[in-house]
Amino acid sequence: MSVAMDAPKDGFRLSQLIYDTRYRSYTIQFFVMLLFIAFLIWVLNNTVANLAAKDKDISFGFLWSRAGYDIDQQLIPYTNDSTHLRALFVGLLNSLAVAVIASAFATILGVTVGILRLSKNWLVARLMTVYVEVFRNVPLLLWIIVAFVILGETRPGPKEFKVTDEMVAAGQAPVGEMWLWDSVAVTNRGTNLPAPLLDRPLGGFEVMGVPINFSTIAVILVIVGSVMANRALLRRAKAVQESTGVRPVTWWKSLLILFAPTLALLVAMGFHLEYPVLKGFNFQGGINLAHSFTAMVIALTLYSATYVAEAVRAGILAISKGQTEAAYALGMRPSWTMNLIILPQALRVIIPPMISQYLNITKNTTLGIAVSYLDLRGTLGGITLNQTGRELECMLLMMMIYLSLSLMISAILNAYNHSVRLKER
Amino acid sequence: MKKSAFYGALVATTLVAGMASAGTLDDVKARGELLCGSSSGLAGFGLPDANGVWTGFDVDLCRAVAAAVLGDATKVKFIATTGETRFTALASGEVDLLARNSTWTFSRDNDLKLDFVAVNYYDGQGFMVRKDLGVSSAKELDGATVCIQTGTTTELNLADFFKANSISYTPVTVADDSEAQRQYEAGACDAFTTDASGLASSRSAMADPSAHIILPEIISKEPLGPVVRHGDNNWGDIVRWTYFSLLIAEEKGITKANLNDVIAASEADPAADPETKRLLGIGDNDMGVMMGLDKDWARRSIGAAGNYGEIFEANIGEATPIGLARGLNALWTQGGLQYAPPVR
Repeated sequence: MSVAMDAPKDGFRLSQLIYDTRYRSYTIQFFVMLLFIAFLIWVLNNTVANLAAKDKDISFGFLWSRAGYDIDQQLIPYTNDSTHLRALFVGLLNSLAVAVIASAFATILGVTVGILRLSKNWLVARLMTVYVEVFRNVPLLLWIIVAFVILGETRPGPKEFKVTDEMVAAGQAPVGEMWLWDSVAVTNRGTNLPAPLLDRPLGGFEVMGVPINFSTIAVILVIVGSVMANRALLRRAKAVQESTGVRPVTWWKSLLILFAPTLALLVAMGFHLEYPVLKGFNFQGGINLAHSFTAMVIALTLYSATYVAEAVRAGILAISKGQTEAAYALGMRPSWTMNLIILPQALRVIIPPMISQYLNITKNTTLGIAVSYLDLRGTLGGITLNQTGRELECMLLMMMIYLSLSLMISAILNAYNHSVRLKER
Repeated sequence: MKKSAFYGALVATTLVAGMASAGTLDDVKARGELLCGSSSGLAGFGLPDANGVWTGFDVDLCRAVAAAVLGDATKVKFIATTGETRFTALASGEVDLLARNSTWTFSRDNDLKLDFVAVNYYDGQGFMVRKDLGVSSAKELDGATVCIQTGTTTELNLADFFKANSISYTPVTVADDSEAQRQYEAGACDAFTTDASGLASSRSAMADPSAHIILPEIISKEPLGPVVRHGDNNWGDIVRWTYFSLLIAEEKGITKANLNDVIAASEADPAADPETKRLLGIGDNDMGVMMGLDKDWARRSIGAAGNYGEIFEANIGEATPIGLARGLNALWTQGGLQYAPPVR
């Protein structure tokens, strides 16, 4: 700081911009900024000029034209008459479906494995180490393909589930067998599950082509209501316990409050299951999950869970041993110690790496292309891009969408991280 | 982060776009090598053999162009492209010429800024199923699972065909032919659809070709042909007329074997067929100069792999495992559609 104190005070000279340390950094920053802006202008100019040279323009009008292709897995209604924009959303929802389900499974599996890896049981701990090291050190793409090929090549085709009269007469069983009282069929193409159906649905309406179903909303509202009523019941039980010392029996009331209203509503709406039936070439009816989807979920879960497990293990190891010993000294069981003392503190260490794990899972869904899973990369970045030839537009859109998705996930998890961090008083 | 990724992509696009310039002929001559976009492995049309030498119907067209332009049919570098990457590869200048059973359509011609210079194979989309499926018509495929190659016109035809017949299907969208074939053989789909020639080619590569049948319905017109970038008309003309030279050679009965005899006979005989003389640059005919080549261009293009009929029979004809009949691809003089304008 002595330099600044000794500086001459007789006015400002231009040479000070270079020789005076007070101003030199501003000069450098100014010129770097200038160069950066010039570079951006050159890049944009070059892009536009080259596109113009090839008679191409940048236009997103293709999003409103007819897509013309079919998508096998669709969470919102879509036909080949829908627009490319709608195909984009179908793809986006498929991406999100895999990301959300894989994230949930990876968290459950990862936390379990992370804790078990620290187990005092030698065998369990070693098995978990083997699992983590094997799955973490082989590229995800290979796991996806392995899962897909195993599912596709080991299961019988739909035809082999057929039971003919001759087979009944001969007492033969078909090669393919349905599971769980003939409700689930796993063929070499996909998994067919029973679908929930209602005889007397409450109707619904569409918002921008997305069907809003009153029946689903009613069920969700009833479940939320039940949970809140149950909480009130438990609060009252606690109050009674604190004032009288005797806790009233609540378990059957809880069960009744939690399940009876939902069941009553479902019965009133005529709830039943539609079972998949072999008809023609494939199983018809029920829910059909293509193996591309299942393989993505399995591979993403098994792969990402290893990273979650490592984060959890690191978090637990970061908690001083004194905490455990103090809990034991108070007479707590190991399971209580883990759930009430260790994990809540470990969360502070675990959550930041988990954020990047969820981001990775979301971005890794783009590997679905390897098994023909039509996610956002498959629809917008694959078929739409090909059929319209709008590479630049499709790529920009895709980058924007993945960027916003990642930023949203980060924002939500950062908020959660903020809420569980150490409260300093 | 946001900005750097965004502009990074723009830079990449710009660099690639910057390489594509007019004057493909000069580029090819300067490079001494023709870059030919080929398929990523379709038996009979474009496939490297055990020694890594590319062979096939489309490959031979590239060789003919290389021979006409550079004087050496081996100076071709084949670049495997998938259905998804082919037009980008062409537009960006990664290849000079795309000969990869690509269908000529309105939007590809106009919106993608490509030029289809000729139709070297008149095809149509068909379906292949296993014999034991007991299906004899594509209209019986209601509820079937169908494997399709993504980024192709077949994808759109398929949707239209099933809609027109009010039947349903489940698409399995696969990135390239060989993966589609693997999934079809593994039973992941009931039917495999692509151009009928592609089906014949795939079937020939299967473990037991006789266990599969190609259904009689041809649900679309698929004119397949070589493609060049829009805007370089001279290069387009060279590819077009190289192809026509092969057709005219077949029409005139000029083969790879008798080429030198025909030249000698035409030179000796002033009454010989004048069009043959113009094509082969005999006497003071130097038609090739008009498109920036020399007068012997057609001798070299025909000498590379023979005339159209020879290329057809050698790669995909009835004597090969693929076993395609000439059908629509016979010369116009024999009831087909292959017709070359006169060299005049």
